[in-house]
Parts: sequence; C-alpha cells; structure tokens
Amino acid sequence: MSAQQSLAHKHLTQEQTKDIDENIEWAKINADVLRSMENPRRGYWVAMFISVALFSVMIYAEVHQYMFGMGDAALNTSHMWDLYISTFVFWIGMSHSGTLLSAILHLVHADWRKPIYRFAEAMTTFSLLTAGIFPVIHLGRVWNFYWVMPYMSDRGLWPNFRSPLIWDAFAITAYLTSSVLFLYIGMIPDLAICRDNAKGWRKKLYTWLSLGWRGDDAQWRNFRFTYLMIACLLIPLAVSVHSIVSMDFSMSIMPGWHVTTFPPYFVAGALYSGCAAIITLFILLRYFFKFEHFMTFPILDKVCKLTFVIAMVWTYLNLVEFASVWYGHDIPSKEVLIAKATGPYSPFFWGMMVFGSVLPFALLSQWVRRNMYVLFFVSVFLNVGMWLERWMIVTPTLSMGYHPQAFNIMWPGWVEWAMVGGSFGWFGMLFLVFVKVFPSVSMYEVKEMVYHRKRTVYEDVDEMMELHSGVPGPAPNGVPAPQSTGGA
Amino acid sequence: MPSLLGNIFKGWTDYSKGVEEGGHHEYEHMYAMVIDLDLCTGCNACSTACYAENNLAVVGEDKFGARQAMHWMRIERYFDEPDLDKTEATTDADTQSRGASFLPMMCQHCNAAPCEPVCPVGATYHTVDGLNAQVYNRCIGSRYCANNCPFRVRYFNFYDNAESWPAPMDQQLNPDLSVRSKGVMEKCSMCLQRTRAARDTAKREGRELKDGDIQTACQQTCPTSAILFGDLLDEDSAISKVWKNHQVKLGTYKQDKENPELRGYRIFEELNVDTKVLYLERVREV
Ligand code: SF4
Ligand code: SF4
Repeated sequence: MSAQQSLAHKHLTQEQTKDIDENIEWAKINADVLRSMENPRRGYWVAMFISVALFSVMIYAEVHQYMFGMGDAALNTSHMWDLYISTFVFWIGMSHSGTLLSAILHLVHADWRKPIYRFAEAMTTFSLLTAGIFPVIHLGRVWNFYWVMPYMSDRGLWPNFRSPLIWDAFAITAYLTSSVLFLYIGMIPDLAICRDNAKGWRKKLYTWLSLGWRGDDAQWRNFRFTYLMIACLLIPLAVSVHSIVSMDFSMSIMPGWHVTTFPPYFVAGALYSGCAAIITLFILLRYFFKFEHFMTFPILDKVCKLTFVIAMVWTYLNLVEFASVWYGHDIPSKEVLIAKATGPYSPFFWGMMVFGSVLPFALLSQWVRRNMYVLFFVSVFLNVGMWLERWMIVTPTLSMGYHPQAFNIMWPGWVEWAMVGGSFGWFGMLFLVFVKVFPSVSMYEVKEMVYHRKRTVYEDVDEMMELHSGVPGPAPNGVPAPQSTGGA
Repeated sequence: MPSLLGNIFKGWTDYSKGVEEGGHHEYEHMYAMVIDLDLCTGCNACSTACYAENNLAVVGEDKFGARQAMHWMRIERYFDEPDLDKTEATTDADTQSRGASFLPMMCQHCNAAPCEPVCPVGATYHTVDGLNAQVYNRCIGSRYCANNCPFRVRYFNFYDNAESWPAPMDQQLNPDLSVRSKGVMEKCSMCLQRTRAARDTAKREGRELKDGDIQTACQQTCPTSAILFGDLLDEDSAISKVWKNHQVKLGTYKQDKENPELRGYRIFEELNVDTKVLYLERVREV
C-alpha cells in the first residue's frame, strides 16, 4: 500500500460513517473525475494488453470454429450446449447490477448510489454487449444469425415466435437499447462538463455528445423527466430479460431445467452476481483512480449489505428449487439433482454452494467490509460461485437427461475456454476504453449529493416530518450536518 | 403484410391445436413405425442401411468416441444386471438373463414434438405426412431442438463431413437428398425421399398410394423383418392393424390395455410427447 493510500485510509477512518465528505469542493469533484480520464499509466496499458490478448485468442478460436465447425468445442450429441450458454447467462446476470443500482435505487431515492452508479451502468451495457456475442457464436451457422430477426423476407419466412430463443433476442435487444439510452442520458450533464474542459478530438466528441447542454432550467426539467421515465422502463425490462433467459431452460422438458421457480431464481442470481461485480470494480476504480472521496467505505458497506441480502434471497430460491424437485419426486429430475450433489460434478456444485451461499456471510463482518484486499477476493469468488451456478444449470441436465443411453460426462474443449476467456478480455477492453473516454463517476450527481447532505440531513423520519410540518427542528441551513448513516 | 401476419396466426393456430388436441391436425397421412424387439437380433443392418440411404457421414473412430457420430438410427444395447435379482440362477453369467437387449432408436416423430416449438427459426416442423421434418437449409444450428429431445436422436454436423466420402466413395451417395454441411442439425426423416418417390410413382400411374408402396431403408434391410412402416390413417394398412391389436392409440397418455399380455409400448409415454414408433416388447424365459 502506497503512502498516499494509507493516508487516504486514515482520513476515511475519521469519517467512517459519512457517505461522502460534505465539505468537498465542487471544483475538486470536477478535477478528480476529469483527471481520471487522462494520462493512462502503466497499469492501464498492462490491463489493456491482457484484455486485447484474451480477445485475440477469442477471435482466433472463433475463426477456427467458423472454418472447421463446432467440433473442437468438444460438444457432443448429448451436450449440445455448454460453456457458451452458461457464460451467456453469466454475462446477462452481470448486466443487472447497473439497473439495480441506478434505476431501482434512483426510484427509491437512495442517494448513496450517486457516486457509484455510472460505472455500474457502464458495466450493464458492456456485459450485455458481451452476453450478446454468445448466442451468436454458439450457432452452428453463425453467418445466418440474422434469421432470428423478423425481417421482411420475400419468402414470407419468419422466426418461430414460440421459441424462447426468439424471446431472448427481443428481450436482449430491448434491454441493450434502453441501457445504452439510460447510460447516455444520465451522462449528458457530465459530458457538458467534459466538453468545457477538453481539447482536440475530445472537444469534438463531447460537443457532439452533450447535445448542446447548457444547464438551464428547462433542460434540467426535461432531463429529469426523461431519466425517470427510462428508469421506470428499465426495471420491468431487467426483470423480464432474465426471466426470459431462464425460460430457455424452464420452457424445455428436460429434467433439472423444467422448473417453475427459474425466473425469480435467475433474477436473484443476476442481481447477486451484478452486485458482486460492482464491489470488484468499485475497489479497482477506487484504487487505481484514487476515487476515495467518492467511493467511500460507507457506500461500499451498503453495497455489501445489499449483496448479502440478495445472496440470501438467491440461497432461499436455490433451496426452494431443490426442495420442489425433491418432494415433487419426479424421478429424472431427482436423479439430476443427486448427480449434481454426489456425481462427477459435485466439486463444482459444492463450490457453487460454498461460494454462493456460505461466503456471503463474510460480508457481515465489518473487518471484511473495510478491508479492500479481502473484500476484493471475496467479491471475485462470489462471482466464481455464480459462474459455477450457471454451469451447474446447463451441463448436468444434459449429461443425464431422460435417456440412459445418452448419459455421459463432458469437459469443454479449448475453443470454448478460449471464448470464455476472450469474453472477459472483450469486456475489459470496453470498460477500459470507457473509463478513459467517459467520466466514470457522475459529477453532477455527486455535487447534488454533497449539496443535499450539507443542507438537509434527516436523521430519521420524525425529524423530517417535524421539519415539514413547520414545528421547529434542527435548522437546515448552514449548520454542519449531524452524522448520518445515509438513506439506505 | 397480410402474409406476414398470416404466418403468425397460422403458427398460433397450429400451436393451440397442438396444445389442446395433442398434435397438428390436418394430416394427409400419418406415417408411423412398429419395431418388434422380439425379432431384432441387434445386427445393425438397419443402421448401416440408413447410412447408405441417407448420405450419413462416417466420422471415424475419434469423433465417434467423442460422441459426435451421425448415425440416425442406432442400436442401443442393454444388459441385464445380475445383482438386481439376487437368486443364484440369475447371477450365473451364462444364464439367458445375462443376455443383451437391443433397442433400435431413431427419431420417434413425436406428434407433440418437444423439438419443434423451441427452434428459433422454425427449421423443424410437422409435415402433413405426420412426420417431424428438419429443413436443413433453414437450420442455423442453435441446437436447442437437440437439447429438448428426450430421446437424444438429433445429430449435429460438428464438422464439415464432406471428406467422409473420399473418391470413389462419393459415387455411391444417394442423389435423392443432400449432403449436409457443418453447423446443421439432422435426424431420421423416415426416408422422406422414398415417400416422395412413391407418391410420384402412384400419381404417374394414376392411382392412390397403397400400403406397402413405401418401405424405409431400415425396414427393407432388416433380415428378420422386425421393422414395419406405414400409414396409420389408412385403416387397412398392416401397421394400423398392429397398433390396433396392441391397443396403442395416438394422443393417449396412458395406455388402457384390456390384456396385460399385449406387448406394445411407446417410449417415454409419460412425457406426453405422443411418439409414432411402437415397440413390441421382447419376451424372455427366465
Ligand atoms: S424423437 Fe426427438 S427429434 Fe424426433 S420428433 Fe421427437 S423430440 Fe423431435
Ligand atoms: S436390422 Fe432388424 S434385426 Fe438388425 S438391428 Fe435393425 S431392427 Fe434389429
């Protein structure tokens, strides 16, 4: 830990209960965030290099697969799906963090989301872009992927609207469009700040992107309304998109897939892995961009607690699924469940249980929540657990199925691993470009937050009622705010 | 536009019919099969004939071991487990009950086929012949159909298998149907090309199709005549008689047989997929 780091750490320990330092100057907010967008250092280039390298391997694997067929992915007649689909589900899951953090918390006025939602939204968009790759590359004839779109064909051939894969295509497209819009619209006031400070090609880019934002009243009013509308639109979309992904499985008749609790289970899993990924990126950004003033420990605390709650919901739904299979006594499904827990897949299954259901209890300890190194690994392992979960959904069912003749175990081939690795490279690339081109902390919202915290801080509801009913309470203006644990 | 909307509504009508009445209902024929396991000796002739008739790729030992084979018809072998029945006579490896049972397995042409609704591009559908057809040109290789088939009888072209027929073997390819490219799902079509040819011949000769006009390759080759193929909608066909005699009916989920001695059964009847291949149980003396 560098000297600066430990200093920052000390500074924070004095104000551990404040979401944000209210005395932070607005100019500093701008300066800090704008600084983060300049002069990439060595670490940045190393990360970029790794990402590009991974992505290149993926391109190579895809070209190979295109030329020779899907065979080297080690898929077989029983296992027609494997890593491609589980990684697809994983990335779709990751994309739920942004919506949760920005849209849901925006609607419930949890203002602690403000310093951290921007990168979560970027994560949503980029993980959707990553997820979208997988259903395409998993096709045997990739070059015909557009056939799933209902385009005007003079052959009168349309896709089959009964297929969950078509619902997928629609749901993902809709979700991606609205996530990009949400990210972009929320960024307009910040892009204007960038415009005013940029030179060269950046000036042109931001001028174009900020759509002539001047920050006058009418613009703010329209802006707020639009933002709210898209937030409202995004929440049902987020829920539906992952329910629909789960229907890829639950609409089938296969034992272990044909489960009615899959939609809520998948949504909970999605929020869960999304939250874990937020923690990971939070720590990385805080560390590399020195965002200690915005990405504070109390905010991290709240994200951790949120993650814990969602982890418990996920665990519950997981147990419900097992219980319903067990007591439903559908023999093939039960066999699949037993095979997961005791068969050759058991290390992965128990890995998923340990990382997914037991490890989150670590988040209850304040020591873990305040220790960035430990927390980083915890969050990474939570996501490893979630990745295993997806794999444990896809593969054991296909290994067992109904027909004993088809029972067999498979291990993915190099092509599949290359694509999975490459997807992380692709995501990393996009994210690394994003943090240097766009502000990864929402400047105007942090200012808003600082302003509100300084002016009006309600310790609790009574106080707020008092204030609004005209009965004298603590004077709102100018008085240093009492310590607040925030609006979580 | 109307044709596009028409497509949706037609799809919907088919779908609701399929749900409510257990299958597509405007059939001209209802081709089905009977396999008598009592007669089957597990010789694999049917499977070989299928290779020859349908231009199936021979993938070689490696890929076969990797379960990437293309056999539309496979002979499954099951052995009795002596420990299941712990009497002394049966644990003796030489007794008859150690013997293998054979189950020729190919696409069962389910009336309520689980593979059909899940195909994103509608490449697999039910024809008016009552068969489950696969349109190779339309298939994009999403492989969902194969995952949803309880019988695991869909085969995917994991590689470009064109080199399966080195010259001069390419001379023996059946010109009546295509060689499938990589990335395409294929499966038993009940020798669709033969059905078409027989229908054309009948038309040319100005008569109706009659029972026995169509023979599938496996049926033609089976040395013990274990396989029977025909039209269930034709009351007098040999196959309807077998189905009737064994009291197996399409569209039923549980067979109510008056006589428990009857040997007919369909595989995975409890899944309600309404398969069109009727197996006749093997009779054993223990
Ligand atoms: S046996 Fe399998 S491939 Fe054939 S119709 Fe039934 S579900 Fe489809
Ligand atoms: S050809 Fe006839 S006897 Fe030989 S395996 Fe096939 S069904 Fe059985």
